Amino acid sequence: MNAPNTISPYDFDAILASRGVDLPALRVDTLQLNVTKLCNQACRHCHVDASPARTEAMSRDTIEQCLRVLAQHPQIATLDITGGAPELHDDFEYLVERATALGRHVMVRHNLTVQLDGHPKSGRSMEHLPAFFARHKVEVVSSLPYYQAYFTDAQRGSGVFEKSIEAMRRLNAVGYGIDGSGLRFDLVYNPVGPYLPAAQASLEADYREALRAQFGVEFSQLFTITNMPLHRFALHLRKSGQYEAYMDKLLAAFNPAAAEGVMCRNLISVDHTGTIYDCDFNQQIGLQLREPATIHDFDYERLAQRRIRFGDHCLGCTAGAGSSCGGATA
Amino acid sequence: MSNYFESEDLKKFGEIGRHAKPLADDFFRYYGKVTGTDGALSKREKSLIALAIAHAERCAYCIDAYTTACLEAGANPEQMAEAVHVAAAMKAGITLVHSVQMNNHLDRLVL
Repeated sequence: MNAPNTISPYDFDAILASRGVDLPALRVDTLQLNVTKLCNQACRHCHVDASPARTEAMSRDTIEQCLRVLAQHPQIATLDITGGAPELHDDFEYLVERATALGRHVMVRHNLTVQLDGHPKSGRSMEHLPAFFARHKVEVVSSLPYYQAYFTDAQRGSGVFEKSIEAMRRLNAVGYGIDGSGLRFDLVYNPVGPYLPAAQASLEADYREALRAQFGVEFSQLFTITNMPLHRFALHLRKSGQYEAYMDKLLAAFNPAAAEGVMCRNLISVDHTGTIYDCDFNQQIGLQLREPATIHDFDYERLAQRRIRFGDHCLGCTAGAGSSCGGATA
Repeated sequence: MSNYFESEDLKKFGEIGRHAKPLADDFFRYYGKVTGTDGALSKREKSLIALAIAHAERCAYCIDAYTTACLEAGANPEQMAEAVHVAAAMKAGITLVHSVQMNNHLDRLVL
């Protein structure tokens, strides 16, 4: 009997090879830290499976080592802090204060509602966050799947849209998203199902017009991001019988120009234990570097010249106009 | 009982060229240019028109395809529902305007 054919039709390395595309790492200019999986929300598409029940958190030792790496490598210009809701980590503010003192550009993946919900375990208030962000000139990046409640609440939970608008007003009140303030406040769109995002520029115009007219809120820029077929979203796709159709859609929309701009070529992602990954998606499925490494044995040259480890999910970053933590790539 | 409309069959649309490939190629080039690009009408507007026609023509394949296409063009369910209402209103109007013909004939028949 012949052995079953185990080659996935979505094998990303094979797809790159067949299209003649090579994607080596280029540099490391962004250090992305996933400091906790704890979150006040439990979104249906979350590739981290974050929720109020999660307990993973980066130790102070590991945070100190991340700061040492930043101090020793000025070429790493950006610290991108994510989670879960990273503000729920006890050392979040210490990390931001130290990184900004080092002159680094700090980005926070802020889910908006944590401002109003507070800490899901301790009940600690988070209403000070807009003022804290502004004091340290942090770039705030927040998910808002649509400029209406229907899609937003379907994905992120009932009542999330209304709370998000209130949180946006509080960010605007301290200058975030307001022209001339120097305080960047970006929004993130992602589809509420197995389909590709609309064009970033046209959707940004829709968001700006609707949010300004209906709610009086402002933002700097919109990033469109494609849903990754991982964890909760992958489970939904499989349960609803849509997994293959979604993967086929991503494969059919493979765009070499978008592939050139994938974020893993200029960042590394660190989990709460200090283990380094090519990106946050690889981190969430435990797909370690080809040569495993941690922040404690950080070697810039080796990382900047590494061969990136790809998986089927990488098709999510290369479909259509592309997708990254900074939005479309092509 | 077999169904004439199987959603899986939508994937086979490209096979309409099995016995007349040059004609099918011409069609798909035209179809892609008309529906898949921004022109004097945006892709979103075109998708909403196509969704309305899909309902009016009762094409199950097209309803699936253009529900997705509308979302991928940034449309929302309210816009999509209004597009279907336009189709419904047109259908109703088209039906009702034929009553002019009925009245004309009545006028001829009735003493």
